[in-house]
Amino acid sequence: MSAELAQFLLSGLTVGAIYALVALGFCIIYNASHVINFAQGEFVMIGGMATASFLGAGLPLPLAALAAVALATLIGLALVKFAVEPARGASVVTLIIITIGAAILLRGLATLVWDKRIHALPAFSGDAPISIAGATLAPQSLWVIGVAALIVAALWGFFNRTLAGKAILAVSHNRLAAQLVGISVRRVLLVSFGLSAALGALAGILIAPITFTSWDVGVMLGLKGFAAAILGGMGSGPGAVLGGLTLGLLESLGAGYVSSAYKDAIAFVIILVVLVLMPGGLLGGRSTERV
Amino acid sequence: MKLHAWFAAALLAVSAAAQAQAPIRIGAFLSVTGPAAFLGDPEQKTLELYVERLNAAGGVLGRKLELVSYDSGGDAEKARTFAKRLIEQDRVDVIVGGSTTGETMAVVPLVEAAGLPFISLAGAVVIVEPVKKWVFKTPHTDRMACDKIFVDMKARGASKVALISGSGGFDKSMRGECLKVAKNHGINIVADETYGAGDTDMTAQLTKIKNAAGVQAVLNAGFGQGPAIVTKNYKQLGIGVPLYQSHGVASKQYIQLAGDAAEGVRLPAAALLVAESLPDSDPQKKVVVSYKQAYEARFKQDVSTFGGHAYDGLMLAVEAMKNAGSTDKAKVRDALESIRGYMGTAGVVNMSAQDHMGLDLTAFRMLQVRKGDWALAK
Repeated sequence: MSAELAQFLLSGLTVGAIYALVALGFCIIYNASHVINFAQGEFVMIGGMATASFLGAGLPLPLAALAAVALATLIGLALVKFAVEPARGASVVTLIIITIGAAILLRGLATLVWDKRIHALPAFSGDAPISIAGATLAPQSLWVIGVAALIVAALWGFFNRTLAGKAILAVSHNRLAAQLVGISVRRVLLVSFGLSAALGALAGILIAPITFTSWDVGVMLGLKGFAAAILGGMGSGPGAVLGGLTLGLLESLGAGYVSSAYKDAIAFVIILVVLVLMPGGLLGGRSTERV
Repeated sequence: MKLHAWFAAALLAVSAAAQAQAPIRIGAFLSVTGPAAFLGDPEQKTLELYVERLNAAGGVLGRKLELVSYDSGGDAEKARTFAKRLIEQDRVDVIVGGSTTGETMAVVPLVEAAGLPFISLAGAVVIVEPVKKWVFKTPHTDRMACDKIFVDMKARGASKVALISGSGGFDKSMRGECLKVAKNHGINIVADETYGAGDTDMTAQLTKIKNAAGVQAVLNAGFGQGPAIVTKNYKQLGIGVPLYQSHGVASKQYIQLAGDAAEGVRLPAAALLVAESLPDSDPQKKVVVSYKQAYEARFKQDVSTFGGHAYDGLMLAVEAMKNAGSTDKAKVRDALESIRGYMGTAGVVNMSAQDHMGLDLTAFRMLQVRKGDWALAK
């Protein structure tokens, strides 16, 4: 029985770490502009698909991954340049709708540039499962969990210890005041979209050996990552990880002990309950807490 | 007055001649893009390729073929709109299309009302059961797949079976059919798990199956990346009993995705997948090898059974027109219904008034993954 529980927990951690990685991508753009970027899942897709196609062209995996992250970053910058900047002064809701449009465009482009097939990436350190307490874990899961932890630490450092990070936070708190002290809002937007895109692509590469990748993989991952980000508290790095892991564990325990047919419903009902009790999410600041 | 009558007669003659020269119009609506693109894409390519080849060989009934094809994107509503356009505006002679069951069923009332022969490329039993006057289909049904799998399980001494399926239309339909026919084969379903469309890990469900009492075999109904993830997780958990997949993953891609974990997995599929390794005595070998080579030479990608369904659909329509000696809709329909012994990529087709699919269990071959490729199961 305990081996069964251990397996459910490990499954939950694997899935949860994937959601957490995707959720982290939502943080930066949200912190800079209060925009929820619904094209975040597409950055994840671009990371995986581009790596798969670069691999197919003969590049070694690290180089292919690097090129894919660079490509996604460029697309993130282009998104600001050609879609967000022209709508300068538009409300946050309008910008969110723009990101939905961008998501649809990117999915369509992916089917044209690449193809409509499903691709696999090789696992970074083999497929031999690791045995823990009678349960098993794929080595790739450790990569996902490890990198998610690293990213949280890096984000924390970025937002709290660097000028650029503080500038982003300043813009999110009060755009006009930030401009008055000489912060370029345009630059902050560019940096935040570029970083988010790079982060999303990195997530896409790390999880592709587990989930595979295809042109539409971003839809579901984006949605689950969004749910995780909301649950943890939008904009908070540790919150995104906590939200992702909670969602993953809820799903696997729900599937294991209640019913696999209703596991998503179980998870989302619990999310709703949490949000009713704590509207800011598990680790989100209260909305009155503005500097 | 006289001149006028002569002129009218001449006009009539000219238009009759034009009629005889007008191409035969083959209508199609396929999910070339969207979630079911892996079905519609090879189907569209196949139709283009073979309309071209038939025309190069002189056409049908002395007339050229013309393909009028629309991309329904897997959307039943769009499929309906395009079918309407095919019937009313394009005035096609036959429709070969409908990549998914949803699209097909949305169009059935239209073709029934218009009296137009319609050959569907979708899987579910509901399309031809009950029989609809103008509707035919080429692919195997999910019920046949269940039958084939259960017969094989029984032969290998397994009667307690666990089921794991996705939440898509295909998965649900096959799960339902398998549950229905299990009793006929003396199969006892001891676990019945599902997973969602975008799920990334199925170890929780498989752990439950692993711990269910007395499981002797596991059947996964589904297509896309889900079954590949199930296969990998299955290996990761070290579940010892045989794993069966459905015909939904009958392509090279499944093996590429699941990798080593796919070794030994069994599934029912059309002979197309093992075309070259069929014995020369196999009556189906010629058809499948020639389709496979033509397709792969032209499009530089692996052939799939779905494209084969489109090949069968087009060829059945052509065969029926030849037999009927005309493109008259009622005559073509009757000819379709009386096709016997036609050898297609899906198997030998014997249509009848009660059976608008015409395939039996011999159409399915039991395949097994061996050394990273499909092979006939022993």
